[in-house]
Amino acid sequence: MYMYIMKRLGFMILAIFVVSAMAFFLMNMVPGSTPVMILKYTVLGLENSATPNQIAQISSRYNLNDPLYVQYITWLKNALLHGNIGTSYIYNEPVSYLIALRLPATILLAVTSMSIAILIGIPLGIYAALKENRISDTILRFVTLFGVSMPSFWVALILLLIFAVDLKLVPVVGYGQVDNIILPSITLAIPYMAIIIRVTRTSMLETLGNEYIRFSIAKGLSKYRIIFVHALKNAMLPIITVLGFQTGNLLGGAMIVETIFDWPGIGNLLVNSIDSHDIPVVQGCILVIAIMFLTVNFIVDILYTYIDPRIRYGG
Amino acid sequence: MAYSINRTNRFQFSLTGVLDMARKIMKKKDMAISLVVLVIIIILTLFAHVISPYDPNAINLSNINLGPCSAHWLGTDYLGRDILSRILAGASVSLSISACVVTISLLFGVTIGCAIGYYGGILDDTISRVIDIFMAFPSMIFALAIMGAFGPSVINLIIALVMVQWTAYARVIRGQVLSIKEKEFIASVRTIGASDIQIFIRHILPNSIAPVIVMATIDIGHVILSIAALNFLGIGLPANIPEWGGMISSGKEFFTTAPFIIIFPGLAITLVVIIFSILGDGMRDILNPVDEGGEL
Repeated sequence: MYMYIMKRLGFMILAIFVVSAMAFFLMNMVPGSTPVMILKYTVLGLENSATPNQIAQISSRYNLNDPLYVQYITWLKNALLHGNIGTSYIYNEPVSYLIALRLPATILLAVTSMSIAILIGIPLGIYAALKENRISDTILRFVTLFGVSMPSFWVALILLLIFAVDLKLVPVVGYGQVDNIILPSITLAIPYMAIIIRVTRTSMLETLGNEYIRFSIAKGLSKYRIIFVHALKNAMLPIITVLGFQTGNLLGGAMIVETIFDWPGIGNLLVNSIDSHDIPVVQGCILVIAIMFLTVNFIVDILYTYIDPRIRYGG
Repeated sequence: MAYSINRTNRFQFSLTGVLDMARKIMKKKDMAISLVVLVIIIILTLFAHVISPYDPNAINLSNINLGPCSAHWLGTDYLGRDILSRILAGASVSLSISACVVTISLLFGVTIGCAIGYYGGILDDTISRVIDIFMAFPSMIFALAIMGAFGPSVINLIIALVMVQWTAYARVIRGQVLSIKEKEFIASVRTIGASDIQIFIRHILPNSIAPVIVMATIDIGHVILSIAALNFLGIGLPANIPEWGGMISSGKEFFTTAPFIIIFPGLAITLVVIIFSILGDGMRDILNPVDEGGEL
């Protein structure tokens, strides 16, 4: 087990390196010279009238004259030795500061949506399993089919149209109040809810068919005790696996939802920075998202062994 | 060579196989309906230029943001372009790009997966780690970064999506090949002198392709969603190409006064994704591949 954890940690660190390098080299393949881009997005219109002197100044400020690999090694050195992952070209602030400012919003949104998805998804999944092949199960099947098939940006706009514009129940965009998070988190939760309903249903059906469940029924245990204590506990494994897998999609989805609702999170920052070719920020955001995703999957892997003692990883 | 091996999961491209498949599909009502709708959509797409009431790119500034009416069944957008015509044109864009992405990813992933699963060793170790790293990253964000770097174009979109898609196929087929190559019938065909290529094409592939076919079917829908999402963010396709995600993006500024501009393209996306989901799920039941998970 210990060996397994070390191996997984090693892989995580390797993956983070590769991802940061990929982000860096990818963004540097952008056509057009970076100093001109920086001028274009910091001082509007200046990119056309900039003197060679000004361009040289910017180049030397961000070490842009070095070959790419030297730039990357410098970045890596600063990141590892000083925890400094660069300075934004556009905001002129440390990337870590910009990210720290926006990370809470993304985590808040992700955790809220995940909670909504779990709290509604698992009970509905159990319900569907108990009503297998009956009309309510079929209805739920179509609901989940819609849930995973609707584009999230479209759902967001439709929800805005109904609840913010027509019914005026919640504000259109904003951050800081409780009613600001309702629509973004529901939008983000819908596909995960659908996936959780389906996985819970399948997993519960499998578990409910087991001998020991039939034995519990024969023994006269109450229906609720059997379902929620005995069956659900054993049905949790696939549900947790899927939750781990889906974190990546959740973070990807958050990017779109944050953009629509102008939610001040990492996804929003990433989309804006890609737009303005703010390479250090793009690299930083991608790094942070990768770390979040890898950490969640790491935790899920470790959780397995606690939920299902049958799984023991060899070294 | 006079050997014949019968296995239940084997993929057969014979007439009887096709007929058998058709019978099974007809038995599943949801699958049959989806298939019919898909065929209708494909026919509409192929003849879009004939049946479209208007040129999808024809700008008519005297008719902007018009609601659904007899002249424009689904209304017009902010440039007065006919939404129905644009949805029809968008269908061919989405379907063809998605089909391209899935086919290339499938061919690439299956080739790599077969090779590493079959030969194993250091090749397998190295490429498996590369696949792990690719998969250790949210695909949507990966695709976004690639598109952000290369800029919007059809080719770049295909490259970006293939780069995030192929790994899943490679991993699944690798697992399949690993389990099948140890089977006795592979050892026996090798004994009677079949070459590696023959073993691949005639024995390993037909026995391991079923889960990949299911994945690919469902993925066509998922890729359409990704294309729409990237295009919605404005980094998928050039603005003049009619695509559903882009249509929603361009309509979002007027959605309070002209909601139909975004409603219909969204419904089109949902419909197509649902069809491929149902077809994929149905195929899973029919082919009954090893992968039985409740994953979507």
